[in-house]
Amino acid sequence: MTNARYDVVIVGAGHNGLICAAYLAKAGRKVLVLERNEQVGGAAVTHEFSDGFRVSSCAQWLYQFNPNIRAELKLDQYGYELAAENLSTIALSADSNHLTLSSAELNGASVTESDKKAYQLFIKKMLKFSGILAKASERRIPKLLEGDWGDRFALFKLGLDMKLLGKEDMQDLLRIALINIYDVLQENFDNDLLKAALSLDATLGTHMGPRSPNTVFSFLHRRLGEVFGFNGVSVVKGGMSTLSQALANAATANGVEIKTAMPVSRINSTADQVTGVTLANDEVIEASTVVSNADPKTTFKSLLGFPKLETGIIRRVSNIRMQGNVAKLHLALDSLPQFDGLDENQSGQRLIIVSTMDAMERAFNSAKYGEYSPQPVMDISIPTLHDKTLAPEGKHVLSALVQYAPYKLTQDWGSVKENYAQLLVERIGKFAPGIEDQILSRELLTPVDLEREFHLTGGHWHHGEISLDQIMMTRPFPGATQYAMPLTGLYLCGAGAHPGGGVMGLAGKNSAQEILRSNRSKTNLAGKKENVA
Amino acid sequence: MRSHDETMMLQTPFHSRVAKACELNQWDEWKGYTTPAAYTEVEQEYFAVRNSTGVFDLSPMTKYRITGADAELYLNKVMTRDVRKINPDRVGYTIWCNDAGQVMDDGTLFNFGENNYRLCSYTRVMDWLQWSAMGFDVEIIDETADFGALAVQGPTSCAVLKAMGFKGIEKLKPFGMSHFPFEDAEVMISRTGFTGDLGYELWVEPPKAITLWDRLFDAGSNLGIRAIGGNALEMVRIEAGFLQAGVDFVPAEETVRVGRSRSPFELGLGWLVDFDKGVFNGRQALLKEKREGSRYAFVFLDVEGNKPAEHSFILKGNKEIGTVTSAAWCPTAKSNIAFAQIESKYANSGENLTAEIYYQTELKWTRLLAKCRVIDSPVFSSPKRRQTPAPDF
Repeated sequence: MTNARYDVVIVGAGHNGLICAAYLAKAGRKVLVLERNEQVGGAAVTHEFSDGFRVSSCAQWLYQFNPNIRAELKLDQYGYELAAENLSTIALSADSNHLTLSSAELNGASVTESDKKAYQLFIKKMLKFSGILAKASERRIPKLLEGDWGDRFALFKLGLDMKLLGKEDMQDLLRIALINIYDVLQENFDNDLLKAALSLDATLGTHMGPRSPNTVFSFLHRRLGEVFGFNGVSVVKGGMSTLSQALANAATANGVEIKTAMPVSRINSTADQVTGVTLANDEVIEASTVVSNADPKTTFKSLLGFPKLETGIIRRVSNIRMQGNVAKLHLALDSLPQFDGLDENQSGQRLIIVSTMDAMERAFNSAKYGEYSPQPVMDISIPTLHDKTLAPEGKHVLSALVQYAPYKLTQDWGSVKENYAQLLVERIGKFAPGIEDQILSRELLTPVDLEREFHLTGGHWHHGEISLDQIMMTRPFPGATQYAMPLTGLYLCGAGAHPGGGVMGLAGKNSAQEILRSNRSKTNLAGKKENVA
Repeated sequence: MRSHDETMMLQTPFHSRVAKACELNQWDEWKGYTTPAAYTEVEQEYFAVRNSTGVFDLSPMTKYRITGADAELYLNKVMTRDVRKINPDRVGYTIWCNDAGQVMDDGTLFNFGENNYRLCSYTRVMDWLQWSAMGFDVEIIDETADFGALAVQGPTSCAVLKAMGFKGIEKLKPFGMSHFPFEDAEVMISRTGFTGDLGYELWVEPPKAITLWDRLFDAGSNLGIRAIGGNALEMVRIEAGFLQAGVDFVPAEETVRVGRSRSPFELGLGWLVDFDKGVFNGRQALLKEKREGSRYAFVFLDVEGNKPAEHSFILKGNKEIGTVTSAAWCPTAKSNIAFAQIESKYANSGENLTAEIYYQTELKWTRLLAKCRVIDSPVFSSPKRRQTPAPDF
C-alpha cells in the first residue's frame, strides 16, 4: 500500500471527467484520473466488434459538443477530427417516399407547403427556447433555497431570458414546456412521418413515449446542439474514441495524470468530508477533492455507500429515474446496404425508422410493461461511408440505436437477445432488402450490456432521465445542485449533473468551475482573472 | 384485535378492562387506537400518580423491533445520540432528525443486547426506518400490536409490583429493564415513565394482558392503585417537563409549511446530539445551526396566577416573541407552568416575559396579561425517581 497525494482525484475518464480534469489542471491543480476500463472515454469510445470492424460503442453521433470547450482546450491540436458534419436526418418510409430533414428545410414524403412553412417557424421557435436552456447550461445553476445573492441573480437572469422572448413566445414556452411532444406536433403539422421524425428527438434515450410529459423539454435539450452551431449530427473520425483521446491528450498536456484499468472500489470519507479513494488493488490515494464521473447512483450507493449518507439523500438518490431503453446494434457488412430510394450519399446521413407517433407510443407501451417492442424505433448510422478506417476495404459498418428495449425486461435479456437481434435485422431489411445476406457478424448491446460495459446504472446513457423534475437545480436531485455533494470535497461531473447527458461536456466544465470557485480561486477557466461572485 | 374493516378504531389488549373502568366513557384517539381521556375524575387520577399509583394503558405506543448484525450501527445513523452508550438491558431516551436537522420524533430505545432493539415512538415511522436501512444488515418489524403495555407510576408502584411477586424489582435502576416469569410466559419491566416520579412500564404479550391487569389491580388494591387516562397524564408530564410530539413540536416529516419544524437545539434537546460519533441524519444541518445559531428556544415558564396559559402568545414588552405549546396548573408543585417556543435571544434564565392568556367563563372571554419568568428546570422532580433500591411503602 502506498499513499499518493493529489489535489483532485477524478473517478472515471468519461468525456466529462477528462474535461473536468483538463480545466482543473489548467488552473494549476494536481489531478489524477482513474478509469476502470482499458480505454478512456466512458460511453464515448470505439471498439472492435468483429475482426477489422470498429464502431462507436455507445454514443454514435456528435451533435451538441460545446464549442467553447473545443476551443478552450485546443482540442483540434490534440486530435479532434470529424469525418462528416451537418448531416441531415432521413426518416425512412415503407413506400420509399422518404423524408429528409435539415435544420433549414424539408424534402420528400409529399410534405405540403404549409408543413414546410410550419417547420421553419417551429424550428426557429424551438431554437429560441433551446437558447435559454443553452445559457442556463453554461451558467452556474442557482440554488432554490438558501440561495445567496449570486443565486438570486442567476434565477433573475433565467427569468429575464424568458421574459425577453416576448409575451407571445414566453406564454407559448410556459404552455408547452409541461405538455408532451405529441400534442405539440399535432398542433403544428399534418405529415405523419414528419411528426414521428421530430418526436424521436424528444424521446431517444429516455423512458418516455411521444405522449409522455417532459418530452417537449427533452426535445429542447436535444436541440442544444443547434445553439452550439451544429446543423445536424456529425461523425467523429475513427469513432468516438478519437474525441475522448483528444480530451485525454489535452488533459495530459495540462499535467493531468490518467490511469486506465484502475478501478476505484470506494470513495473514502470521514463524517464530513472526503479524504480520497481506495482502489480495487487496495491502494489508497489521498485527495481533499474527489470528483465522480460515475452516475449518481453508482457514486452514492457503490462508491460512498449508503450507510455514510443521510437518509434524505438516500431516498432522493434511490428515486432518480434512470431506466435505459436503448439497445445498440452493430452490423459488420460485406458491402454497402442498399436502402430503397437512397443513393450512397443519402445512406451516409442519419437514417431513422420511426413510422408514426402512434406506433412509437405503442412501442413505448411495450417497454412500460417490461417487453421489447416488435416495432422498434431506430437511429441508424453507416459511419464507414465517411470514414474508411473503421472497416476493411469495401466493407461497411452499420450502427443503430434501438428503442424501445427496456432495461427491466420481464424475461432475461440473455435468453431473448438473439431473437431480438434477428427482429432488428428484419426490421432494417424492410428498408434495405438483402441486408441479411450482407451481414458478416453482428453485435447487440442491450441496456443490461451497456450497464455492464460502461457502468451506467439502468443502462441509462444520460445518467438519469432528462426531465423537468431532474434538471437544473434538481439534477441529480434537489439539494445537491451546483455539483457539490453532501460531503465537503465531493463533486459530480458526469451526465448525472446539470446540464445532463449527451456528449456535450458542460457538466465536466461546470463542475471544474465550481471546484475552483469553492477553493476561492481567482483564476477562471480561460485562465483570466475574474471577480468571483 | 379486530381488523380495520370491522371497526374504525383499534382496541388495546386491555380494552375489556379499560372499558369497564372508564366510568365517564370519555375516549380519545391515539394513532388509530381507542384510548381513555379520563376514567373517573381527572384530579383523582392525577393524585393517584403523585400520591400512590396510577396505571396508564400505553399499548398504542408505536413499537419497532430492530435486529440484525448492523442494528447498532444502523440506529447510530438514525438517532442523534450515540446509541452505543445505551448498554444491554438499558433504555435510552432518544430523538431522530431528518436531513434538515429537524426533529421527526422522540422515543425510547430498549437495548435487549446482541443487536436486538425496540424503538418506541409517537409517529409511525416505518417508511423512514426502511429508507434509512438501505446498505445495512437489519430487519425492522412493527410490533405495535404484538405487545400490550401498562405504565405503573407513582410512589407506591414498586410496592405494588413487589406484591405481585416480581422479586427483586426494587433493585431495578432507572432506565434499566428486566424480564420476569409471569404465568407460563414472561413480562418485561422497565423502570421508565412519563411522570417524573418512581414508575415502571410493563410489557406483555396480548394473551396475558387481561391477567396482568387483574393481578396488578388486585395487588394494588390497598396501595391506592387507579387507572388514569390521557388528561391526567398530560398534567403530570407537563409538571415533570416532558415534551409531547405532535403537541410541543410537529414531527418534521409531517409539517407542511416551511419553518414549522424544530431542531433538537430549539427544543432544548441539544444534549441528545453527539457530533463525535460520525455520520447521522441531520448532522450537517445541525453542525451549521451550531455554528450560526438557532432561530428558537424551548423554555419552561413560571406564569403568575392560576389560569393555564394555553395557546398564549408570549410577549417581551409589546413585542410578540413566541407561543405556548403546553400549559397546566400543576397541583403538586403549586405552580402555573407553560412550555413555550420563543425567539432564542430571549431564552435566558430569569428573563421576565408576559403571557397573553385568553380564557372563558360562562361565555365571557377575558384577556389576561400574566407576568412570567423563564425557569431552568421542570417544577416537579421527585428524588424517588432515581432512588435504588426503589422506596417501599
